[in-house]
Amino acid sequence: MKHSEYLIAKPSKGSAGQTGLWRSFRPVYHVERCIRCLLCCFYCPEDVIEVHYHRFILFHYEYCKGCGICASICPEDAIEMVEEEE
Amino acid sequence: MVAGGDVSMKIDELPRRSSLLPGNPSCQGCPHAIGLKALSVLENPVLIIPAGCTTIIAGIHPKAAFNVPVLHVPFASAAAVASGLAASYRKEGVEASIVVWMGDGAADIGFATLSGAAVRNEDIIVVVSDNEAYMNTGIQSSSTTSWKARTTTSPGGKSEEKKDLAAIMLMHRIPYAATASVGYLPDFINKLKRASEIDGFRFIHLHSPCPPGWRFDSSKTVEIARLAVKTGAWILWEYSGRFRITSPSKPYKDGSKRVPLEEYIKTQGRFKGLSEEDVEEIKSKIEEQWKFLLAFEEIFR
Repeated sequence: MKHSEYLIAKPSKGSAGQTGLWRSFRPVYHVERCIRCLLCCFYCPEDVIEVHYHRFILFHYEYCKGCGICASICPEDAIEMVEEEE
Repeated sequence: MVAGGDVSMKIDELPRRSSLLPGNPSCQGCPHAIGLKALSVLENPVLIIPAGCTTIIAGIHPKAAFNVPVLHVPFASAAAVASGLAASYRKEGVEASIVVWMGDGAADIGFATLSGAAVRNEDIIVVVSDNEAYMNTGIQSSSTTSWKARTTTSPGGKSEEKKDLAAIMLMHRIPYAATASVGYLPDFINKLKRASEIDGFRFIHLHSPCPPGWRFDSSKTVEIARLAVKTGAWILWEYSGRFRITSPSKPYKDGSKRVPLEEYIKTQGRFKGLSEEDVEEIKSKIEEQWKFLLAFEEIFR
């Protein structure tokens, strides 16, 4: 590898490490209440909510910082913030 | 349909993947991280970032959080560097949307070059993500901080007026100027898309409520951004040949339809201990701002 290669920052996930460790509340998804509007996914600042088939969602907890925007924006309260255990 | 957004847009048509990758160093509930998602509507965006929160968000050396080209520049030079880049891209025949993503701090400090680039009508997009203080250096008040908001340099509440940056930029006679809010992302995306179809200097002033700086819970970013619009404290408008108040703000032209301002103020720690007279004063300032913009709408039909 050339020396200059080291100078260039490459796009990669987790540039601040495993940001999921920052979380004190974990979003928990209640499938039965979900109307699949995808607002949570659209407004997630961290971009960790993935749309699965039939527009159900999937959280990537590795990087989710647990800000709670998804839970507060959900019109049907289908996302609940649950305190993390040790 | 997207609640609170432009009715003509379906959520499936909106970009969902951000140009900002997960696991970046932004705070919990960061408004910039929400706003940056909108950049994916642009074709081949090149970001120019002066010092500020977004510089930190862009990542720590061996890893980069953006998957688009980023140029870090000093405060005052952002718009000047963008002008140079636009000129060289034009010469080389590179098709790219050059976006200067700056905070209100960089817009204060780099105002000379920003104004210069606007006067020369350089082919760039400038987005000022305004969290109403210098958040990255520890919440010092800026020229766009609201009157009476507490910051570390104004512990008793800011005594100066808030500067209307978007209107100042509009008065440079640029082809496109708009205000937007992270609470109404579809509206911001629409505006960014419309801006990208125009040549010349385009300016968007994005309202970004900052959880640690304004002292509210990280889950309330979008809610408070929406409250700012619903109470009339932040007015969404667009100018592209003609001036108009855009859809999320339209119902609030009528003062009686607005949510009481107290709803917005009581959610934020920075307005803690505000007296009733101060709240009335803020209300009259908001009313003045509405009068000013509605008069604009009449003039620039």
